[in-house]
Amino acid sequence: MPSPVLILENITKRFGPLTANDSISFELGRGEVVALLGENGAGKTTLMNILFGHYVADEGTVEAFGRPLPPGQPRAALEAGIGMVHQHFTLADNMTVLENIALGTQGLLRPKLDRKAALARIRELSDSFGLSVDPAATVATLSVGERQRVEILKALYRDARVLILDEPTAVLTPAETEALFRTLKLLVAEGLSIIFISHKLAEVMAVSDRVLVLRQGRLAGARATAGATRAELAALMVGQEVVSPPVPPAVAGPALLVLEDVTTARRGNATPLDGVTLSLHSGEITGLAGVSGNGQAALAGLLSGMEAPLSGCFEVQGRAFAKWSPATALKAGIARIPEDRHAVGTIGDMSVAENVIAERYRSPRFSRAGFLDWRAARRFAEALIRDYDVKCPSPDARIRLLSGGNMQKLILGRALDPDPVIILANQPTRGLDVGAVAYVHGRLLEARARGAAILLISEDLEEILALSDRVVVVSKGRLSLPSARGERSLRDLGELMAGHREAAHAP
Amino acid sequence: MRLEPRPQPPLGVLLLYPLAAVAVTLALVSLLVLAAGASPLSVLGLVLKGAAGSQFALMETLTRATPLIFTGLAVAVAFRARLWNIGAEAQLYIGAVVTVVLGTGALPLPSIVLIPVIMIAAMAAGALLLLGPTLLKTRFGVDEVVTTLLLNFIALLFVSMLLEGPLKDPTGLGWPQSSRVVADAQLPRIVTGRRLHYGFVVALAAALCVWVVMKKTVLGYEMRAVGHNAEAARFAGMPVNSVLAKTALLSGGLAALAGFSEVSGLKGNLTLDLSPGFGYSGIVVAMLAMLNPIGVVVSAIFVAGIFVGADAMSRAAKVPSYIADVMVATALLTMVTALLFARFRVRWR
Amino acid sequence: MSEALDILFTASFWVAAIRIASPLIFATMGELICERAGVLNLGIEGIMTVGAFAGWFTVYSGGDLWTGVAVAALAGGAFGLLHATLTVPLGLSQHVVGIGITLLATSLTYFTYRLALPQVTTPPKIEPFQPLPIPGLSKIPVLGEALFSQTPLTYLAFATVAAVAWVLYRTPLGLAVRAAGENPAAVEAQGISVTGIRMGAVMAGSALMAVGGAFLTMSAFNSFFFQMINGRGWICIALVVFGSWRPGKALLGAILFAAFDAYQVRLQQISGGVVPYQLFLMMPYILSIAALVLVARRATYPRALMIPYQKGER
Repeated sequence: MPSPVLILENITKRFGPLTANDSISFELGRGEVVALLGENGAGKTTLMNILFGHYVADEGTVEAFGRPLPPGQPRAALEAGIGMVHQHFTLADNMTVLENIALGTQGLLRPKLDRKAALARIRELSDSFGLSVDPAATVATLSVGERQRVEILKALYRDARVLILDEPTAVLTPAETEALFRTLKLLVAEGLSIIFISHKLAEVMAVSDRVLVLRQGRLAGARATAGATRAELAALMVGQEVVSPPVPPAVAGPALLVLEDVTTARRGNATPLDGVTLSLHSGEITGLAGVSGNGQAALAGLLSGMEAPLSGCFEVQGRAFAKWSPATALKAGIARIPEDRHAVGTIGDMSVAENVIAERYRSPRFSRAGFLDWRAARRFAEALIRDYDVKCPSPDARIRLLSGGNMQKLILGRALDPDPVIILANQPTRGLDVGAVAYVHGRLLEARARGAAILLISEDLEEILALSDRVVVVSKGRLSLPSARGERSLRDLGELMAGHREAAHAP
Repeated sequence: MRLEPRPQPPLGVLLLYPLAAVAVTLALVSLLVLAAGASPLSVLGLVLKGAAGSQFALMETLTRATPLIFTGLAVAVAFRARLWNIGAEAQLYIGAVVTVVLGTGALPLPSIVLIPVIMIAAMAAGALLLLGPTLLKTRFGVDEVVTTLLLNFIALLFVSMLLEGPLKDPTGLGWPQSSRVVADAQLPRIVTGRRLHYGFVVALAAALCVWVVMKKTVLGYEMRAVGHNAEAARFAGMPVNSVLAKTALLSGGLAALAGFSEVSGLKGNLTLDLSPGFGYSGIVVAMLAMLNPIGVVVSAIFVAGIFVGADAMSRAAKVPSYIADVMVATALLTMVTALLFARFRVRWR
Repeated sequence: MSEALDILFTASFWVAAIRIASPLIFATMGELICERAGVLNLGIEGIMTVGAFAGWFTVYSGGDLWTGVAVAALAGGAFGLLHATLTVPLGLSQHVVGIGITLLATSLTYFTYRLALPQVTTPPKIEPFQPLPIPGLSKIPVLGEALFSQTPLTYLAFATVAAVAWVLYRTPLGLAVRAAGENPAAVEAQGISVTGIRMGAVMAGSALMAVGGAFLTMSAFNSFFFQMINGRGWICIALVVFGSWRPGKALLGAILFAAFDAYQVRLQQISGGVVPYQLFLMMPYILSIAALVLVARRATYPRALMIPYQKGER
């Protein structure tokens, strides 16, 4: 192995009762690409945040280029030549590319920012590593791929010798991913070392020299990529055989929700829907695949009632609505599982009982003459805790204290309790452990068997393919024609996700 | 330095930290007392005696607490829904104006009818005054902090205009003051010969009502949900804008009752110095009570005690009575800090 | 009616407008710096009160005028430090802390005033800054007279705007301040302390607010009296929004506002008491609200304004 540039020794980090990293050690060699593989919540990002100084480890040390790295100082990490590209970009949207890159690179007390020198250096770097981006552009106007290039340029500008990439491909189209991999090869040729964090096996196999697998905060194994098999890595990652739920054949019924040529308004940087046609049928799961940020949020917003269509026809069970809101969506029989359970799905500082009645507190079951029936609310909460196997001290506990999986089970229970005819499941398993994922999938399949029409939105293509009876692909706010289970190959889906439309798209 | 939430703050911490806040406040204020050349202990003694040393002092304190309970409730209700009503002062004055307009003989009604009519009218006026900034917030995205603050100045000028114009007391020898309200529009005294009036009882009843609303009703539930997480509340189907509007009506109405009770129960007429900042002190009262309606009663009495006690003290010792305002403001800042430390643990690594 | 229009073309009107604008310019720049770094500073009203008293009292006790300005700035910076400690590392509500700082600063000022001057009934006077006409320039009709026959403190106000604009847009420090108000995570990822930047900005901003207050007692008037800030701080917060968080636009807003204020005083005089004077006095406040309504929809406020930041957060 080449001489190590980075040595992590016995890193342990606890958050309250949770041990996010449990005595993790590894070395990174010069010119090496190490993949950090693991499920969501395995502790990959925490480990890298410790390395970069965002967090301080409870135990353990980090050594960079033969010198110990002082803990908790991003500045020290930067100076030691460590650069990090975060999963959620750390860019100031209303400032230019040049300003974002130059931030913090010149002495704060200098009387003038040297834009010329910065510009020259950015040009030089982007030319030599194939990272084209306009330095004068405002970040808000850039595509996701371009923003990632800015992030990489930020690190290179500071002479990074070690580059950490946290889930860099989650937001990229297949073509952009290819371009990123080409850039990485150029960097490695220059002698940089790269840590590549991912939960996608295929990418890890394609890009890395060595794979470290994390599971529940522990290092579950390390393999040279050349000698490893996909199955072996998958087993290490999950720790147990993954059992896909049995999916009985669909009995498709009538269309319960119909969108015809629907367009939505642009909100901030989100992609709006642009002439979308889609129908959800009883007894079917429709999977929506696509690179994130291509209109999923707008479609989810529309179904959940947060957004109204700008034009086009939108009918639920044959009814159009003059005033479309979350309350009307609920009344129309749509159950919603939101993408962000902390910010949107729950009210963290309120109790479990207060949260589970949030969508139905006005029904006679929970209130009379403007007064709430707290006993009924608690009974309902207790029933959900029991039926959905939620680990939770009492209905009075603040919901913020629950783990992500338990929170999601409560949201699921709240949504499914009234036997909804239509279900919007937006990233229903993101960040959950394997057991919770299987549970959520099982519940969705149960609802399908009952005759519900389900829209499953997920960035995880494997989840979409496993569950969906029909798959549609969203790209730049437009939908592909649906394909039945197994009709399109992964490659075809990838093409659609990248926006190369098929001829069949025309009416 | 990082702040980590304590999952279940121990009871000892919850009790100890607020006490520490009081101790720090007393220590800081003692420094000022020393600077004034007096002895902190004797000054504290004088303050306590002035606030609660006799039946007279106690009644004065409760009298002073009455408007603070109303404004404190107004602020607590609004802040709970994260509606930043800093305009209780304006709403108080509008309530007082309505009381004077209706209470100086315009309505020939018996007391039992007249007083409720005036109360409802005053509340309606205060409610509408806060509804404006709230609609500007929900419709146009205008920050309500600045608009409610500016309305305080507008309201005071409006009152000044009325007192030199239509509401001017013809017998007032040119002073900007209104005529006195008729006997039937006055809240009776609780004990003859003392200033404590039935406005205090109304305030207690209001606190109880607000507690019931917040704890037991759909509206209170909606207000808390909107305050904690408006986005999640909207997602769950709650009518966020209309909840904010209702909150504004309730909050503005409560603040207006302070104006009503001061005119109808205590002063008898309207002057430009009707409120020595009751609206702003209401913020302190509400925060000290952690926005709990019953707690507001306690903290209003506490804050009123400081003001009444400091007035009495400054007559005896040579310490300016502004020490009370300093103490109340310091208590606000130390208390919010203490409550933070009760909920979060500081980790230096 | 033509009388009402003629006012606009007199030099004395514009001299008054610029004088009225000066304290607003200082305080608006102060608030702008704080908000650009992501902190709403509602302590402004109280901090201006402190500055007004500290500057005046220094001169009253024998210090020279510029020492008074420095003392005012220091006092403002101290309250800024308190505000910043509570809102930045501790992340307490900027609304509550801001109001608390205003109450504390105001009451502490009144307490000190009463303590220092227990007997006085009429506020004692000092010798304030005198107008310093700039040779040549002040001879230009109307415009030159208005701009160049002011006190040194007014010139300082204008210089402050230029300095703030330069620092924010042309220096590495300004870059960090703006980024802290847009996305603090970006600042931390580049190895700069968000806490340090924000606290520094709040202290510097508070110092400017205090100088704005000092202008009132040391240049516009010559003594300190209670309630003299009279909502000017809150108006400055509206001016920052009105100026879209840009120094140049905010300056323009302050001058427009002051011109309006000077105009209403003159209108009051020629209206001859037919209209109650209180209606004229209300106009500045009503105008501020109207300005907010006008721009609120289009305002691109700093994205991280009022959002506390903890290290390692994203």
